[in-house]
Amino acid sequence: MSRLLRPASRLVSSSIARPAARNAFQSFPRVPAIVQSRGYAKESGVKEYTVRDALNEALAEELELNPKVFILGEEVAQYNGAYKVTKGLLDRFGDKRVIDTPITESGFCGLAVGAALAGLHPVCEFMTFNFAMQAIDQIVNSAAKTHYMSGGIQPCNITFRGPNGFASGVAAQHSQDYSAWYGSIPGLKVVTPWSAEDAKGLLKAAIRDPNPVCVLENELLYGQSFPMSEAAQKDDFVIPFGKAKIERAGKDLTIVTLSRCVGQSLVAAEALKKKYGVEVEVINLRSIKPLDVEAIVKSVKKTHRLLAVESGFPAFGVGAELLALTMEYAFDYLDAPAQRITGAEVPTPYALKLEQMSFPDETLIENYAKKMLRL
Amino acid sequence: MRIPVARLARGSRHSTFLPGHPIYRALQPQRWASSLSQKPGSAGVRFPGAVDSKFTNAMQFELPATYPAIPTYRALSPDGDIIDSSFTPPPDSLALSMYENMLSISIMDIIMFDAQRQGRLSFYMTSQGEEGTCVGSASALTKEDVIFCQYREAGVFAQRGYTFDDFMSQLFANKKDAGKGRNMPVHYGSSALNIHTISSPLATQIPQAAGAAYALKMQRLTDPNTPLRIVACYFGEGAASEGDFHAALNIAATRSCPVVFICRNNGYAISTPTLEQYRGDGIASRGTGYGIDTIRVDGNDILAVREVTKKAREMALQDGGRPVLIEAMSYRISHHSTSDDSFAYRAKVEVEDWKRRDNPITRLRKYLEKKDLWSDEKEAEARGRLRKECLKAFAQAEKEKKPPLRTMFEDVYEEMTPEIKAQMKQLKEVIDRYPDEYDVSEFEGGKDTLSS
Ligand SMILES: Cc1ncc(C[n+]2csc(CCOP(=O)(O)OP(=O)(O)O)c2C)c(N)n1
Ligand SMILES: [Mg+2]
Repeated sequence: MSRLLRPASRLVSSSIARPAARNAFQSFPRVPAIVQSRGYAKESGVKEYTVRDALNEALAEELELNPKVFILGEEVAQYNGAYKVTKGLLDRFGDKRVIDTPITESGFCGLAVGAALAGLHPVCEFMTFNFAMQAIDQIVNSAAKTHYMSGGIQPCNITFRGPNGFASGVAAQHSQDYSAWYGSIPGLKVVTPWSAEDAKGLLKAAIRDPNPVCVLENELLYGQSFPMSEAAQKDDFVIPFGKAKIERAGKDLTIVTLSRCVGQSLVAAEALKKKYGVEVEVINLRSIKPLDVEAIVKSVKKTHRLLAVESGFPAFGVGAELLALTMEYAFDYLDAPAQRITGAEVPTPYALKLEQMSFPDETLIENYAKKMLRL
Repeated sequence: MRIPVARLARGSRHSTFLPGHPIYRALQPQRWASSLSQKPGSAGVRFPGAVDSKFTNAMQFELPATYPAIPTYRALSPDGDIIDSSFTPPPDSLALSMYENMLSISIMDIIMFDAQRQGRLSFYMTSQGEEGTCVGSASALTKEDVIFCQYREAGVFAQRGYTFDDFMSQLFANKKDAGKGRNMPVHYGSSALNIHTISSPLATQIPQAAGAAYALKMQRLTDPNTPLRIVACYFGEGAASEGDFHAALNIAATRSCPVVFICRNNGYAISTPTLEQYRGDGIASRGTGYGIDTIRVDGNDILAVREVTKKAREMALQDGGRPVLIEAMSYRISHHSTSDDSFAYRAKVEVEDWKRRDNPITRLRKYLEKKDLWSDEKEAEARGRLRKECLKAFAQAEKEKKPPLRTMFEDVYEEMTPEIKAQMKQLKEVIDRYPDEYDVSEFEGGKDTLSS
């Protein structure tokens, strides 16, 4: 979408002063180094990776390791992917492994599902998950269910991947978060990477997993850099599903979050520490199906307060699910009602400022947490 | 099909829907299969699914590769001469206005492309090379006809009377933008011109066009005084790979919808060339498969495009309505959009060649010059004038106020919910309390539009 729908810049020429333009890949405050390098500072061999490079490396390694793996999607080969995630893969692996398709999401997704049912391990890229709507029947009714419906004889080892969630100035039809949609389907696994390590480890795990997995990436993270440990740079690095990661330990409040909101929550947590000396625990879910309920309960036992932060719509969302689970499994440990921050209940506005206000940001998270902690 | 109609008839307050009424009859598909009997030893097949097929004992696969390609109709030679003297060209005044509309679009494209590069606009898509397809086809439609577009059809808008002001208001999302600033640039729409607002997900407009045509047909049946109307639906050859395209053609054919599908085959879908988009004979060959009357036309020949659209419109209205497919061949001279650099996937010389070799604007210009209707002076005058008009609209639109703040709260619910009202009230109070923090003067009506 970057080339077709992405405003190259959002400079507005009006004489009234406006914030500087956002740009596709560097639009938001980068995670401060202090947060980013936590726990890595002394390790040797740590390298900076963008999320894009991490995904690219994961794909290259899996293509290399397993001849059953192939990638297909619109513009993935010749053009190196709409967001350049598949850069160089056509040259390296050839057009049998990296395949451009006609503009037919249901066609190429269906083809990929069929190939998976026949024993290959396709990676099906959607230009964005907004366009996967054209193919959702293949994902939900075929990929997710065939193993069960066939009495367990028909595995479907397939990975669906692509950017998910709002981007920047591409209006309502290109700005939706499908975590809750796919997260609600029995038979699917769903992961939502935040950092470069997440991206690499989860994508590799998705490709190896014998089940259909949706890897919900985030366009705004593709260009962000993160440290990658030496272990994660190896080609055997995978992150297990269903295990959340405590990105920052704390004792006063648990923030459970995913994808881009992890970085924002860490910034908020750091600010809360600086301003008020409180310790906020930030849990990066990494996978939302399966979901690491245990990690959440364990954290709530310690902090007694829970705040869910996500950028989907509020109704029937990931936040709603997290709150319900907290009620079901950790009610007795709560000192206050669990709360959620979500995207706004509106079709995503095109206007820059309205778009910004439709989704959580660092300040909002900070203020919410402050209220919950009565600071 | 019968059951819902019968239910509709019974459940409806309109006795007009009872059997015997034209709507009722129109909704009843003709059921051939059940009444056909097949004599033993007959030469033809009477399978319900293929009633006119002949038996054969020669096993012969149909080999599309051996079929001749569907020809491309043209009326005007690249030198601007009418090829067949029996062809009736449009009146000179119309030819001239069509020429000016193509010129307007191409001038606007140059200005806005550059404006985007300067950061004055977030995004833009040009239609260089396809002005003829759009202006020519739109010139054959009536004001009442209903249009669905994809995004590269500025010429359709211009030909129907969308002004520079209208274009610029949408591009700059100001208070005069019919879409109230909720869409990306180039997602034009106009209820006055009966053009549905452009929607980003590809191909969704194609089945919708069939549905809109069905509605027009029904309206005409209930009220014969409504004008005869068709739906014209534009889409690219890339979008035609989507399932929606196929679903649309089949539903339009089986429901006999008065819709003209106009495919702009410009050789590319972003970086994907047609060679990788499909293997058949373009998009036209698919029409016949669905039982749809189809023609292929030279999109660089605006007179030919106009002529086939005129005829297609007529056909679409015959016998109670039916779909027609037009495939207009051209070449996407432009990059896909301002976010694309097409020289990454095609040679610059290829583009330059096309530009030089054939172009809808120069072809019509040659025709006009040969008829002494056009000259270098007129060209210079028109270009200067249109450029000035466009820049004027540009400057005005840029300065124009933004849509009222109130529009933030509108159009999800017909009536604002109590929650939305409360939010709007709260916003007003905040602005009232901190006038120095919130300069709302750039929004039409300022903060007053927030009063319930
Ligand atoms: C469902 C869906 N898939 C993918 C896209 C991304 N996309 C936007 S335009 C485009 C190319 C369309 O090509 P074509 O239909 O030939 O029209 P052209 O741009 O050539 O006028 C693509 C793939 C989209 N908007 N919607
Ligand atoms: Mg095209």
